[in-house]
Amino acid sequence: MKWEVRVSYKRGVQDPEGESTLYALKMLGFDRVKDVHTAKLFIIEGDYSREDVEKMCRRLLANPVSQDYEIRRVD
Amino acid sequence: MKLSEARVLVMRGPGTNCDAETAAAIVELGAKAEVVHVNRFIKGKRSLEEFHGLVIPGGFSFGDRIRSGAIFGKMLSYSLRRELQSFVDEGKPILGICNGFQVLIESGLLPFGEVGEPTLALAKNASARFEDRWVYLRKCNSSLFTLKLKNVSRMPVANAEGRVVLPLGEEKRMLAQLEENHQVALRYCSAEGEVAQGEYPLNPSGSYADIAGLTSPEGTILGMMPHPERAFYRYMYPDWTRGNNEAKGDGYAIFEGMLVYIVERF
Repeated sequence: MKWEVRVSYKRGVQDPEGESTLYALKMLGFDRVKDVHTAKLFIIEGDYSREDVEKMCRRLLANPVSQDYEIRRVD
Repeated sequence: MKLSEARVLVMRGPGTNCDAETAAAIVELGAKAEVVHVNRFIKGKRSLEEFHGLVIPGGFSFGDRIRSGAIFGKMLSYSLRRELQSFVDEGKPILGICNGFQVLIESGLLPFGEVGEPTLALAKNASARFEDRWVYLRKCNSSLFTLKLKNVSRMPVANAEGRVVLPLGEEKRMLAQLEENHQVALRYCSAEGEVAQGEYPLNPSGSYADIAGLTSPEGTILGMMPHPERAFYRYMYPDWTRGNNEAKGDGYAIFEGMLVYIVERF
């Protein structure tokens, strides 16, 4: 099995990398860019259920105070 | 206990790089310091029981992968949980500096002294930069670490993820709880001691409520983003040839407080 885990700052927690990217895109003339948020993607291969992958997120991949995660099975 | 008998562990992991100067600070004060890799404890070759105090120094443990301090923090909370919790319960002091603060947050030890899931986060600096600068700090509690610290001190920060984030929507409640327990130890401020109120670069990270350092409710664990070991002697300051010519830097008091407590308590 192959899982994709996307970890990003919660909405409401400032995402400085996203803000800098927004600034740089506008500088390059992409005026219609409204907002940019960054995320980190983990691709995890192994015989694990969705519940197990959720445990991985809670225990290691995300800090539940500042970050959200999304899990997607990709095979 | 005599000061010369006090044994302090400077625990390093892969990527720790402030261990030597941190140990040197403790030795300068007259105690024993030993730099030992975390794996020695996990493998059972060494025990935390050998020591009266623990410092987790600055650096980039595990290359800051996943999040700063995350992997080292989980190593402590999963592989050394029992040993570490009894260390805390015995009242032995723990100091986490910079990456060490991040490790203490990720292990759950801060802010509430319980090994487990994190209840607070240190997120990327609001400037989206690695902030390497001297800052002013206002002393906000009288824990064993801050007892001898000046009301306004100056030390350097050097981090990319130093912004304290409290649970969304719960910020005010949690800050009130931290303040009520006297857990806010250090706040970023101006040279005159006025809290930074988020103003950059006085508050270099955009940290919530200008928090630069937190202690556990009992005051025996301190995590701080600034580096006291880099402000140990006055000649470590960029303006050391000007102004006052004291021998000690402001960071001296943090280590002194920790050792005075060990000598009195054990």
